[in-house]
Amino acid sequence: MSAMPVGKRLARKFGGMGGDNGRYFSTTKKGEIHEMKEELNSLDKGKKKDAVKKVIAAMTVGKDVSSLFPDVVNCMQTENLELKKLVYLYLINYAKSQPDLAIMAVNTFVKDSQDPNPLIRALAVRTMGCIRVDKITEYLCDPLQKCLKDEDPYVRKTAAVCVAKLFDISPEIVEDRGFLDMLRDLIADSNPMVVANAVAALSEIQENTSKNVFQIGAHTLYKLLAALNECTEWGQVFILDALAKYNAKDARDAESIVERVAPRLQHANCAVVLSGVKVILKQMDVMNNPEMNKALCKKMGPPLVTLLSAEPEIQYVALRNINLIIQKRPTILANDIKVFFCKYNDPIYVKMEKLEIMIRLASERNIDQVLLEFKEYATEVDVDFVRKAVRAIGRCAIALERSAEACINVLLELIQTKVNYVVQEAICVIKDIFRRYPNQYETIIATLCENLDTLDEPEAKAAMIWIIGEYAERIDNADELLETFLETFLEESTMVQLQLLTATVKLFLKRPTEGPQQKIQTVLNQATQEIDNPDLRDRAYVYWRLLSTDPEAAKDVVLAEKPTIADDSHLLDSNMLEELLANIGTLASVYHKPPEAFVSRTRIAVTRAADLEGAEEEEEEEVESSADVPSSSAAAAPVAQVTDLMGNLMDDPLPAPVDPFAPA
Amino acid sequence: MAHLAASAIYLLNLRGEIIIYRTYRSEATRSLADAFRTQIVQAKDTATSPVRQLAGFNFCYIRCNNVYVLTVTKCNANAALAFKFMVQVTQLLKSYFNKFDEESIRNNFVLIYELLDEVLDYGYPQILSPDILKLYITQSSVRSFIDKAKEPVDNRATLQVTGAVGHRRDGIRYKKNEVYLDIIESVNLLMSAKGTVLRSDCSGKLMMKCFLSGMPDLKLGLNDKLTLESEGGTSKTGSKLIELDDVTFHQCVNLSRFHTDRCVSFVPPDGEFELMKYRITEGIHLPFRVLPIIKEHGRTRIECNVKIKSTFPVKLFAIGVVVRVPVPKQTARATIQVSSGKAKYNAADNCLVWKIRRFPGQTELGMSAEVELVSTTTEKKAWARPPINLEFQVPMFTSSGLRVRFLKVWEKGGYNTVKWVRCVTRAGADFGGNYEIRCS
Repeated sequence: MSAMPVGKRLARKFGGMGGDNGRYFSTTKKGEIHEMKEELNSLDKGKKKDAVKKVIAAMTVGKDVSSLFPDVVNCMQTENLELKKLVYLYLINYAKSQPDLAIMAVNTFVKDSQDPNPLIRALAVRTMGCIRVDKITEYLCDPLQKCLKDEDPYVRKTAAVCVAKLFDISPEIVEDRGFLDMLRDLIADSNPMVVANAVAALSEIQENTSKNVFQIGAHTLYKLLAALNECTEWGQVFILDALAKYNAKDARDAESIVERVAPRLQHANCAVVLSGVKVILKQMDVMNNPEMNKALCKKMGPPLVTLLSAEPEIQYVALRNINLIIQKRPTILANDIKVFFCKYNDPIYVKMEKLEIMIRLASERNIDQVLLEFKEYATEVDVDFVRKAVRAIGRCAIALERSAEACINVLLELIQTKVNYVVQEAICVIKDIFRRYPNQYETIIATLCENLDTLDEPEAKAAMIWIIGEYAERIDNADELLETFLETFLEESTMVQLQLLTATVKLFLKRPTEGPQQKIQTVLNQATQEIDNPDLRDRAYVYWRLLSTDPEAAKDVVLAEKPTIADDSHLLDSNMLEELLANIGTLASVYHKPPEAFVSRTRIAVTRAADLEGAEEEEEEEVESSADVPSSSAAAAPVAQVTDLMGNLMDDPLPAPVDPFAPA
Repeated sequence: MAHLAASAIYLLNLRGEIIIYRTYRSEATRSLADAFRTQIVQAKDTATSPVRQLAGFNFCYIRCNNVYVLTVTKCNANAALAFKFMVQVTQLLKSYFNKFDEESIRNNFVLIYELLDEVLDYGYPQILSPDILKLYITQSSVRSFIDKAKEPVDNRATLQVTGAVGHRRDGIRYKKNEVYLDIIESVNLLMSAKGTVLRSDCSGKLMMKCFLSGMPDLKLGLNDKLTLESEGGTSKTGSKLIELDDVTFHQCVNLSRFHTDRCVSFVPPDGEFELMKYRITEGIHLPFRVLPIIKEHGRTRIECNVKIKSTFPVKLFAIGVVVRVPVPKQTARATIQVSSGKAKYNAADNCLVWKIRRFPGQTELGMSAEVELVSTTTEKKAWARPPINLEFQVPMFTSSGLRVRFLKVWEKGGYNTVKWVRCVTRAGADFGGNYEIRCS
């Protein structure tokens, strides 16, 4: 026996054996099924029970014990509740694979549903609802009908959920037998837990039918609000989630709901708090009373902050939701930025979300403190987190005009650390800052140019090359700098090649001297003849034609003034935000995707691993990057289209690649 | 189905293998755990996010000791509910078996199946209160014992399960009626190297242990500002009033009543429970000040000087103080001198660990260390200088200043109750408090 102190403790507590179930897992020898079969048919009760335990243990570790079906079902008629539960568990797992034999169980189920012991009545109904075999379902209706009106609330609360189970198997039966009306009656039940389960069942049925099954009217609303204070924490969540669907008639109606729901914010259960916030946020729109809304915002802040002292996984759910909530009502946590400062030992997923919220809450008032934090994070160990911290500084610079300089100074300090990935990330964000504030901070280019040789990531290289091209007239040795990149032109990634091409054209247009002219010649030749990428070739041809036909027009196009950018890529559009706010606490609010985007009605057997990762990646979109004149959107266009274009170009060949700059 | 928690629950070991599982809806199968094992556990991808999409299902998981608790759903389930549920399942099993780990789950799988049948119905959480579940879900031998007098016991159980006072059973009798109340505060501190407090707060909880007969009604009074103001008037003794940022209560506390007249009234469950949690950011008395001076001499030598001063009253003392001073990975040797306690270099955690068993109030202690490094050429990046971390417990001290003003007990029987109140302030990984001092 592998009995441990726990076993002993339990033994004392429950006056019997306990904690030695481990031995049931130990048999792995051949002929095991046969042996179990024999034991199941044993007359010795103890042996029989042990055998069922062995079967369940085998089931747990994934062995197929479905062949024992008749023998296990034979053990069903027993006074021993523990044994009965095990047999029921077996039935739930295997009934579907043995539908014809499952019928053997019906009699016992029906008998159990009339047992004087309410626990057994409930158990029978609960289990029958889980067995999706037509023949069993047929026999479920009568017991269910009785149990919905059972004198014992424990049975009624179980029966309520069973109606939802039955609806999933056969909506017709539920409607024909009038179960929906009975379920609606249970909303007025005297027992809060019955009410809560009825609400859960009705809400679920409503989601799966086009008919009007569960509409909260004034009367129901009153019932639900009354039950809210009485029922279990889980029941409160069911009710609050149902209330979140209720459309208040007018401001007064909304007010009275908020008044009853607000105390829930003090509940220790995070799901109750979030569902409460969901209801209140919705009603605030209806109330539309600035004074009151202000007071409510003040009330919601502290409970949300408190969620951050829960388990890290709960913190994560809370942070994803807070991200949404403050987009709608920024005042809720405007003064609480400090609580989102990262702790050194926070899990990385918590840190990342905290950072996101810090960026949202950063303002000219608190930016000094925030920058100190970001700088600290930029020296931590986790590379992804460090990068995100550097990005965060850039995003603050873009969002807060008056603090931009302070942000840039921090970025320059970070560049001085010479940590490779910090430098590269900083250069990427500085490019965006240049786009946001043209002609203000170009003095720092010199510092950037000192770090050219550390760049080895395409994005950083592309950013730096963009900067060189864009400011070629202010960089004395722009020519040389580009030259160093051009040496490896053919080996670079497409992103870098595209930027090199454009930058070289810019350099030439700004400084039409011999050096740049030679360069452009080489680049155009290489891009059109030695590289297979249609996007690049295409862009090169466009430049080539422009330059050879009308260099002035080329200037207008390539050196055109670019619109300044804003950092709105992290904001959700208002319709989407409203939809997600209506789903606070749910997976939709964690993914920041509407439910339709990830809930499929049809069953997908296997999904490729590549498809699975989609969820996390889509949020990584950054500030609109250097979309230069020939927009890189062509890269995203379907390949077929691009090749078509190429075909046209080929049919109508350009003038032989002679010197494109010779006067036309 | 915004209030659904799970279509199935799996308890898995750290290799991602099933220890026990239970499905509640037909769409969930055993093989989903394989997706979790291969794509998350084996891919060592558990740190990205605790909510993932795999194989068309949504996976939510937590880790507790050497066990992963995993729930899957197909629809837009309530994630907050799912996580809270999982946390409570671990607590429930802990209360049954005294611990929650792979071995105890395997050894009690029959009972766990019974519990899993009771805590979720079709994916909707039902009853997770250990006190109530223990009434009717027990080991077999007890079952047969109850069977003799089946009727009354089970009827009573079901009524209590669903009743208004779902957390307390009837007919509890104690010879001696006692209540123990512990105020336990965890301090969080984030201090810059220069000694500026970047962030400090205190999360506290009131743990109550009740050995009371019958159905007692309790009322609790604290020295917090809001409660006192609502009672009409401020504290006459002129003592400090505490401003709580937020409070959350156990299910047993009447929230509506708290909302209207700020009164904490409740019928307690039997035995131990967490009555209330609170959070305070203003006016926290930090029990320790830490002054680190860390100098890097070239690439091979670091000099650490750490001074710690206790700020609580001289009569009190802290116990179990552990100071963790981080050093670089390539540390070869450390020579440490301390004015009290013991210190040594811990290579596994890359830090110097200084332990002081008993740290009196109003005292300053110091540690100085010389750290020699192996010079490496590969280590290009400068040392990140992680923060210094403190662990401690200060009995008889609340960093917030919170006190219990009264605890009243009413019961039909009109018995006398013996009440005990204790308090402690603490920090450290095991207690939730995070006392951090940055070095850079």
